[in-house]
Amino acid sequence: MEQLTASMPLIVFVMIGTVAVASSILVVAMRNPVHSALFLLLTFLCVAVLFVMQKAEFVGAVQVLVYAGGIMVLFLFVVMLINVRHLPDERVLSNFWKGGFLVGLAVFALFVTMVRPGVYHDENPNKSKLSTVRDRVAINSTKNPGRLGHKRITRHNVNSEAVANALYTDYLVPFEVASLFLLVAMIGAIVIGKRELSAVEEETAPDYMLARVETEREIKEAMSA
Amino acid sequence: MNPWMLYLVWPLIKFLIAFVIVQVIVAAMNWIERRVLGLIQARLGPNRVGPWGLLQIVADPIKFLLKEDIVPSSAEKIAYFLGPMLPLVPAFIVFCLIPFGPPPTFAVTHTNVGLLLILALTSTGVYGIILGGWASNNKYSLMGGLRSAAQMVSYEVPFGLSIVGVLMLCGSLDLVHIINYQAHHVWNVFPQLIAAFIFFVSMNAENNRTPFDLPEAESELVAGYHTEYSAMKFAFFMLAEYSAMLVNCCLMVSLFLGGWTLAIGGYGLTTATLKSMGFMGGLLGTVIFVVKVMTFMMIYIWFRATFPRFRFDQLMDLGWKWMIPLALINIFVTGIVVLAAPEMIINGSVVPVGETILAVAGAATVALTLFLIMKPRAHAPKVIHASRVSEA
Repeated sequence: MEQLTASMPLIVFVMIGTVAVASSILVVAMRNPVHSALFLLLTFLCVAVLFVMQKAEFVGAVQVLVYAGGIMVLFLFVVMLINVRHLPDERVLSNFWKGGFLVGLAVFALFVTMVRPGVYHDENPNKSKLSTVRDRVAINSTKNPGRLGHKRITRHNVNSEAVANALYTDYLVPFEVASLFLLVAMIGAIVIGKRELSAVEEETAPDYMLARVETEREIKEAMSA
Repeated sequence: MNPWMLYLVWPLIKFLIAFVIVQVIVAAMNWIERRVLGLIQARLGPNRVGPWGLLQIVADPIKFLLKEDIVPSSAEKIAYFLGPMLPLVPAFIVFCLIPFGPPPTFAVTHTNVGLLLILALTSTGVYGIILGGWASNNKYSLMGGLRSAAQMVSYEVPFGLSIVGVLMLCGSLDLVHIINYQAHHVWNVFPQLIAAFIFFVSMNAENNRTPFDLPEAESELVAGYHTEYSAMKFAFFMLAEYSAMLVNCCLMVSLFLGGWTLAIGGYGLTTATLKSMGFMGGLLGTVIFVVKVMTFMMIYIWFRATFPRFRFDQLMDLGWKWMIPLALINIFVTGIVVLAAPEMIINGSVVPVGETILAVAGAATVALTLFLIMKPRAHAPKVIHASRVSEA
């Protein structure tokens, strides 16, 4: 019994890890894009469980919230809008499989060289950094009852606060730069998506789009009249 | 205590009790909703089966079980079966994370990121609708599914942002801590009035309830994403929707209305008072919690009976142009106030200056917003009658 409870994390890790690896392989192996998207969702959920097992509950929850709840929904949205039921069946591998294989091998080699020296294996400092926060709390001042005093305390098991502290103090500049990049990308997407039709495009645009532009113009004129 | 008992058996028993209660409430809601809707619309509602139509609660599931289970021949089989089942899983897991009464007895689990986990789980509920809509191989179903995806992704943003103000006041993601904080200060609905309003509107939109029920708008899409579903599969969709409603009401009560406590400034039924009463105190707390939750379920029904459905572009405008900026302003103002005016101790008693300022500011903003909405717009498009178009 005690042996079983002690080895429980390992059992869960092996199970979840297997599912994660298998489903991530299936993402690229499936012929139906919607099925691929669903296996990608399963991979995200498994990775979230692995995060929780490493005492990073905040990262796990955010993984589900952002990737599973937001990004995958949009993926599915696009895939369904295009509505490709099946990819053509003739070919098993794409033209670029040699290059893809080489890139995959290179990335794998990179990970192995990075992980093996144990750069990310300094478990104790990382764990303590991820789960404790030094904080000042307001208390009733003992000397002067009308005013607030401060006391320094160390609190444990506050994963989200620890992440926030790291993000807004040690890593503030990278964080802001990343958010700026995302903003620029978003504005770029909006500009590309919302531009007016040029003369060349007006010739090639499908009829329904031209009809809609025409109707919008008519409505505008009717309003201003 | 035996670790198996502590970590497996007790939580399982507590979860089963919560599960049964939730299922009974969900089944009863079907009857309550129809009766209350009838009352509001000056008609009777179901009144044939049993006294006041009460046996309708039993009759409906029997009907769902006995009806023919139709699978469209061109449906994508796996996704078609997964569709109704997927949203049930997060809807049931979430009830493990909600403290119904003073912990540890009346809460199944207790994690320090409880609120975030609940948000994460409820955000995955949309998959059932999207998958069901797509797999049915019916254009109305697909449109319903796509609408639902767009709507849920849009309203998740104000839904999450409205909670941030509460988190800044309470300083924790732990629902138990948030509830205790409210019992010792004031219900968050007062300093966070705007956030509570945004939260309520977005939770209506998240649940696809009227006026936001565009994914199943019957005048446009037959029945939307569940057009091709019959019998128990359709019932699963309904079950998931009502469970999600219940979850959101529980969140609303925990975040803004003090959860199981009935106290202000530490006076009244706080957690400590309830705990001193022993098991009965805990039960009393749970009853308070359930009463508050059911009040919000009634408001849901009231909403449904009162408001006409939005148009899709109006829905998106409301979400992106009103709710999100409003939520961001709320965060900004709350942040300033929390930093600038922390609690002051005057004559030995704690005076929440910041919260008072926030409550006043919130009330003023709501009054201003109502005034702006009520004012007729000068450039509002005139409706031109069809027969007059040629004259113009």
